Amino acid sequence: MSYSDKVLDHYENPRNVGSFDKEDTKIGTGMVGAPACGDVMRLQIQVSEEGIIEDAKFKTYGCGSAIASSSLLTEWVKGKTLEEAQQIKNTQIAEELELPPVKVHCSVLAEDAIKAAIDDYASKNGAVSDKQSQKKLA
Amino acid sequence: MTELKMPIYMDYSATTPVDPRVAEEMCKYLTTSGDFGNAASRSHAYGWTADEVIKQARHNVAKLVNADSREIIWTSGATESDNLAIKGVASFYKKKGKHIVTMKTEHKAVLDPCRYLEKEGYEVTYLDPEPDGLLDLEKLKSALRDDTILVSVMHVNNEIGVIQDIKAIGEITRERGIIFHCDAAQSAGKIKIDLQEAKVDLMSFSAHKIYGPKGMGALYVRRKPRIRLEAQIHGGGHERGMRSGTLATHQIVGMGEAFRIAYEEMDSESKRIHVLRKRLLDGFSSMEEVYVNGDIDQRVAGNLNISFNFVEGESLIMAVKDIAVSSGSACTSSSLEPSYVLRALGRNDELAHSSIRFTLGRFSTEKDVDQAISLLRTQVEKLREMSPLWEMFKDGVDLSQVKWAAH
Amino acid sequence: MYLDYNATTPVDPRVFDAMKPFMTAHFGNPSSVHKYGRLSRTAIDVARNQVAELVGVDTSQVIFTSGGTEANNLAVTGVLAQRAKTALVHSSIEHSSVLEAMKVQEKNGWQRRVIAVDKQGLVDLQRLPDLLAEEALLVSVMAANNETGVIQDIARISDIAHQHGALMHTDAVQAAGKIAISFDEMKVDMMSVSAHKIYGPKGVGALIKAPRLAIDATLYGGGHENGLRAGTENLAGIVGFGAAAALAKNELDSRKAHFEKLTVYIEQQLASIAGVSIMSQQAKRVANTIMASIPGIEGETLLMQLDQKNIAVSSGSACSSKDTEPSHVLAAMGMAPELARRTIRISVGKETTMDEARLFMTTLKDILRIQH
Repeated sequence: MSYSDKVLDHYENPRNVGSFDKEDTKIGTGMVGAPACGDVMRLQIQVSEEGIIEDAKFKTYGCGSAIASSSLLTEWVKGKTLEEAQQIKNTQIAEELELPPVKVHCSVLAEDAIKAAIDDYASKNGAVSDKQSQKKLA
Repeated sequence: MTELKMPIYMDYSATTPVDPRVAEEMCKYLTTSGDFGNAASRSHAYGWTADEVIKQARHNVAKLVNADSREIIWTSGATESDNLAIKGVASFYKKKGKHIVTMKTEHKAVLDPCRYLEKEGYEVTYLDPEPDGLLDLEKLKSALRDDTILVSVMHVNNEIGVIQDIKAIGEITRERGIIFHCDAAQSAGKIKIDLQEAKVDLMSFSAHKIYGPKGMGALYVRRKPRIRLEAQIHGGGHERGMRSGTLATHQIVGMGEAFRIAYEEMDSESKRIHVLRKRLLDGFSSMEEVYVNGDIDQRVAGNLNISFNFVEGESLIMAVKDIAVSSGSACTSSSLEPSYVLRALGRNDELAHSSIRFTLGRFSTEKDVDQAISLLRTQVEKLREMSPLWEMFKDGVDLSQVKWAAH
Repeated sequence: MYLDYNATTPVDPRVFDAMKPFMTAHFGNPSSVHKYGRLSRTAIDVARNQVAELVGVDTSQVIFTSGGTEANNLAVTGVLAQRAKTALVHSSIEHSSVLEAMKVQEKNGWQRRVIAVDKQGLVDLQRLPDLLAEEALLVSVMAANNETGVIQDIARISDIAHQHGALMHTDAVQAAGKIAISFDEMKVDMMSVSAHKIYGPKGVGALIKAPRLAIDATLYGGGHENGLRAGTENLAGIVGFGAAAALAKNELDSRKAHFEKLTVYIEQQLASIAGVSIMSQQAKRVANTIMASIPGIEGETLLMQLDQKNIAVSSGSACSSKDTEPSHVLAAMGMAPELARRTIRISVGKETTMDEARLFMTTLKDILRIQH
């Protein structure tokens, strides 16, 4: 298996590793995956009152692609509105990191993680929009 | 060949380099400056010479395991030997019965032919190992039936290195008149095998696991009592009709030489490697949440299979890319599944996913081991800092009680 | 002096040079994900491409095996399970590996049908449709015969086989490196090749298959070669096979010209000996092979006497370990056993020199006590 330089870069110098207090109402936490599958990804976002993601942190148990996918995602979501972050697709991540086909599931997991983090934030703040709930169903 | 910076090699169970002494022998049987004849050529010296050196190699292989040369059948490797043994016995003795007993921790070269036979109407019992990787002989006994024709249990496991008691298994199978096949790809040349003593009827060998060439193996087929097989590759009737195909002289010579060297050096070599293995294990002993997989005592000297809990194996292998190790069997590492061997031991999935197999060998040094220890310690710490599971563990969360999002 | 190149060839020094690093320094298991493994995997990919180019196919069509015998066995048994037919067809001059692989299947209820050859050793195309008429699954005819060197019209045989819904396999072990072989032009579904007949190492070969042809593995355990042939790859062997295939392709014309020069000379000289006849003389043959019957002396005796003069030739197939019986190929061509016993096979190679050819003829005439 050969990884792209981008995966290796994120893997060797992961961005935004760490944790926020998950009880904080400004924080949305999304944890997806399962140890049994070999990947657990936890993504946390810190959201401003204007609904903009000010900061993001992750911790990931998983292969190099899973670590790189979550690291990249924390970079991407920073400065985005929740709606914009909601639009990030796994294919964009896979493309950016040039993931081999067997590793595409890592990018899917990252997409799931940001959605879960946004949902968590929204449910804490009692504001699940119709649009968001539809997305969740899809 | 020094232009490439190569990692420290600690994957001797996947394959070994050809010993320079073996390579030197092999090179004598390839080009016009050497003896390149076809051993089946009966009409000239080129053929006779090839035939002669093959005889010598057969003798060398037989000698390491205390067998008769006539009991050695050349194959293209242990996979073919396993296939020939299992399918060959199954089809020859099918009138006697169609039940086979093996273990869940066998190599794919045993499990896959068994699966094939299941499709052909045979019944296979796959025994679970004990948590230490060893076979409980009572469980074996109770799995045997009147229609059991074959028991296949490997001598040394490729992933965890544990040694099964083939002498005891042989007593049980012989008493019941059941054929006993043993995959010895990982044990020959590493621990003593005495086929006068152990009642093994068929034994598979590989050359490339003991410093011989890839693409070369052998099957031991016992003569007393005589074991019969149906050939799987048909043609000119080479190898007493059990395996046709032009004999690859240089490959055979290489295997013979590798087995000869093993016979000479096995005792001192395994002592040396055992010391290195102990040093490696000691290097990890002060770390938290580190688990050795498989029995540590009844184990081949070079193997250390160890789980660094809360760190995923593939990412760890990437992190320690300056040492070449494996996260399971090399033959299955293209799949994302955790090792089926570790799962059969009852290891949970996290631990199975977190395992690294170090296998040391003839060219391993103390310096290699020390570098591996320091690299591993640093990288495991780094990855644990990145691991949500490690954080939860440190926070006292019982991971087995967590409901994980379906994925 | 070695004149038995159809039995086996020495490894070309350039092939040897290509193999050497993979016998020692580069030794990783191609299935391993670390650098050692990846280097080996790359080397196998390169070799696969070289073998594919020799016969004009895509790399995905190449299945490496332990040699021609295993490839022939895989061709026969690989197609049995999936099709509800009843007969396997082969020519009467096939190599024992095709012959025996099909014979064994008789025990499993398969019918075996044999295509006769004429006196020249060419398969009887007239009668072929009858043999295929009902439920034939597979036809196997070798591209060039190991004993006589006769070249069959594989494309035509393939056409007939396909018209009758049968698959076509050709054993091209003896043809590769001696004539141009194109998988597509031969219109076959499967083709066997071997390294050690084209100046590569022993213990490696390949089965080439049509892109969409589904076949079953015969070796199980580990999913190598796309699940069609399990077992750790014979790394150095495969690298050597690739190098040998590349050379065979690039040097085909010069090798053929060289063979021709030698065999034309030998045949002319043989023709001057009373009573000598050359097998399949009217047929198209590979340029390196002469099967001749020599009057007045038993083949075995002649071989011994040649051996004493350090000349290595053969009486026929070296691929059988119990070859005291006269050749089944010559018998199939209608030759009486007494005559067949008096034949020798001379097969020259790219290392054979004109001086050696002359010396061979002088020695042969000496043994036969012929003035020259």
